[in-house]
Amino acid sequence: MAYLLKSAHVVDPQVGLDDVRDVLIDGEKIVEVGEGLAAPEGAVVIDAAGKYLVPGLVDMHVHFRDPGFEYKETIESGARAAVHGGFTDVATMPNTDPVTDNGAEVRYQIDRARHAGFCHVRPIGALTVGEKGEQLAEIGDMVMEGAVAFSDDGHGVQGAGMMRTCMEYVSQFDKVVSAHCEVESLTTHGVINEGRASTRLGMFGWPALGEELEIYRDIELCRMTGCALHIAHISTEKGLNLVRAAKAEGLPVTCEVTPHHLFLCEDDITDAYDTNLKMNPPLRTAADAAALREGILDGSIDCVVTDHAPHAPHEKDCEWEIAFFGIVGLETSLPLMLTNLVLPGTMSWSRLVEVMAVNPRRCLRLPEVRVEAGSTADLTLIDASAQVTVTEDWLQSRSKNSAWLGATLTGRATDVFVAGRRTLTDGEPTPVRRGIR
Amino acid sequence: MLSVKHLIDTTSLTADDITQILDTARSFSEVNKRAIKKVPALRGRTIVNLFLEPSTRTKSSFELAEKRLSADSLSMGGATSSVVKGESLADTIETIDAMNVDMFICRAKLAGTPQKITEHTDAIVINAGDGKHQHPTQAMLDLYTIRENFGHLDGLKVAIVGDLSHSRVCGSLVPALKTMGADVTLVGPPTFQVDDPDYYGVPQTADLDEVIPEMDVVYMLRVQLERMEGAAIPSRREYNRLWGLDMSRVNKMKPEAIICHPGPMNRGMEINADVADCARSRILDQVNAGVLTRMAEMYLLLGGENNGVSA
Repeated sequence: MAYLLKSAHVVDPQVGLDDVRDVLIDGEKIVEVGEGLAAPEGAVVIDAAGKYLVPGLVDMHVHFRDPGFEYKETIESGARAAVHGGFTDVATMPNTDPVTDNGAEVRYQIDRARHAGFCHVRPIGALTVGEKGEQLAEIGDMVMEGAVAFSDDGHGVQGAGMMRTCMEYVSQFDKVVSAHCEVESLTTHGVINEGRASTRLGMFGWPALGEELEIYRDIELCRMTGCALHIAHISTEKGLNLVRAAKAEGLPVTCEVTPHHLFLCEDDITDAYDTNLKMNPPLRTAADAAALREGILDGSIDCVVTDHAPHAPHEKDCEWEIAFFGIVGLETSLPLMLTNLVLPGTMSWSRLVEVMAVNPRRCLRLPEVRVEAGSTADLTLIDASAQVTVTEDWLQSRSKNSAWLGATLTGRATDVFVAGRRTLTDGEPTPVRRGIR
Repeated sequence: MLSVKHLIDTTSLTADDITQILDTARSFSEVNKRAIKKVPALRGRTIVNLFLEPSTRTKSSFELAEKRLSADSLSMGGATSSVVKGESLADTIETIDAMNVDMFICRAKLAGTPQKITEHTDAIVINAGDGKHQHPTQAMLDLYTIRENFGHLDGLKVAIVGDLSHSRVCGSLVPALKTMGADVTLVGPPTFQVDDPDYYGVPQTADLDEVIPEMDVVYMLRVQLERMEGAAIPSRREYNRLWGLDMSRVNKMKPEAIICHPGPMNRGMEINADVADCARSRILDQVNAGVLTRMAEMYLLLGGENNGVSA
């Protein structure tokens, strides 16, 4: 099938493009980018005037709960939510049941995702067997089956010696270790940022140091082992400064941030104890959030990720201290970035494309996707003026635990092409029947 | 009329609210001295005592207050409630709510539970202690006790001593005292201090001996042995030596200064036995004030004046 996207505003800093172009897709590839292109016979012509066309968005930190917790999310429902949010690629964390710690589990996810036919699902393998932090997982086996990175996300690897072993071992494969940084002996029972919020609401605090100390440790292990390190869901200013210093030294360190740590803070947690504001790491101070927004603009933070964490109603509609950590985010990530940073003019479209498409692909060692002839046609078409009201019905994820329920946001993806197949059409997910490759 | 519908925390209360509660409680003190200790103020009203965490004194205090106001009450909790069978809070509340009750008194081990209850019922909710968050009815009885003793609250110097970070009593008492114009100082081991004293806007120190001669009220907190996670203090013995209230410390207090404790006491730990029973101790006055102030809170929140009995 061929598609001709007419008069799209193409933004791709990789090719220095920020202008109106026609883009012709045929088969899996982009075949031509130019002005005044004629539609080949049989091509579907899409009027993209006024819309933005960018390399397909990538979320390198999601939880799809499949296998093991399919009542929260399956690969099918998660991938549906992903294209609904404008993503062509997602990287799934391995804390499934069983844990994704061997090649067969990696292959299972990839096969399921192909069958679902929405987008590329790129499994992240566990560093240690069962994410227990005790024994090295079959990392080579997982690499051979298609794992894109390694992480024990959900916990930090508690032992420094074990983490050293993991990073030394991974260093042979040209893959990054994505580190969930949490010293559990410091965070213990913490359920909310330690300080003003823990005092005000009377609950055990999760201190910033619990995250920062492990960021420091892992940067030093990066220096020692040479293994590429990616700091997952960074949430504090001090942690960010540690990453800045490591980058300045030329260490292979990158990091990511979530929209909730950018646009929410501990002050948003009121006496209502809204459990859709409970996450790990917790919402930090307003000053931390401001520092993270600065970091995403100045290049210190490489990627925006959602940490999409679906949970069933009974796991959230309860008392804060026993509610599960995390919120869904795939479908609100792009609208939040547009509404809060791009449309007000704080962030350029080019920078948005870097943090949501170019950099995460690089971190996951995926082939580049460029808006130029010959590139794979993984593309996202964005209507920057469309209004979206976030409701349970609008969310395609199986779970509805969003911190933005009821909010109206501006800007959303209307169409997504995955290897030349149109899997989001005018805002509606349209799976490829026989699966995507 | 109070400015709040529910009594969830003391941070929402105005000085006028607190004064109303204390004045109303005072008017009830006469009822409690009668041979027939009962008024019909809440006749026909249904109150559910939902105690999701063990409690003896708070629960019996509420039950007596309900009986003295002629309310119909039902006590649930612990082994008798379905919460222990795995039922969610929402289901429990909606089930009880379907039986048309007027008020929930809730004690819970999880912070925010009373607020969550308000989302599932139209009934009025009184927080009888939620986790480490708040215990507003304890704060009201403490203020009553202190005000009865000194005749006023403003300008008094109050030290709250002990296990501050695990204490919902502290969480409620500090804002209430500040609203009424008292000066509060927090005293406790660094491992028991609150994460952010600036939230309360009060000083916090580890040195009890330095502050004790200045204080009008020395309020000893119970060390929440059941709530301690990790060994934050080396031993009971050392705690008693550094932060326990013994006679040598009592003798350094101002002549008119008083001692309070929310109970139950760990005698020999935060307070020595002879101190608990000395003339400065207002601990049993606090217990009596508990019934009076809880009567006042239920009466005011349930609009008791409409029942034709003026307090």
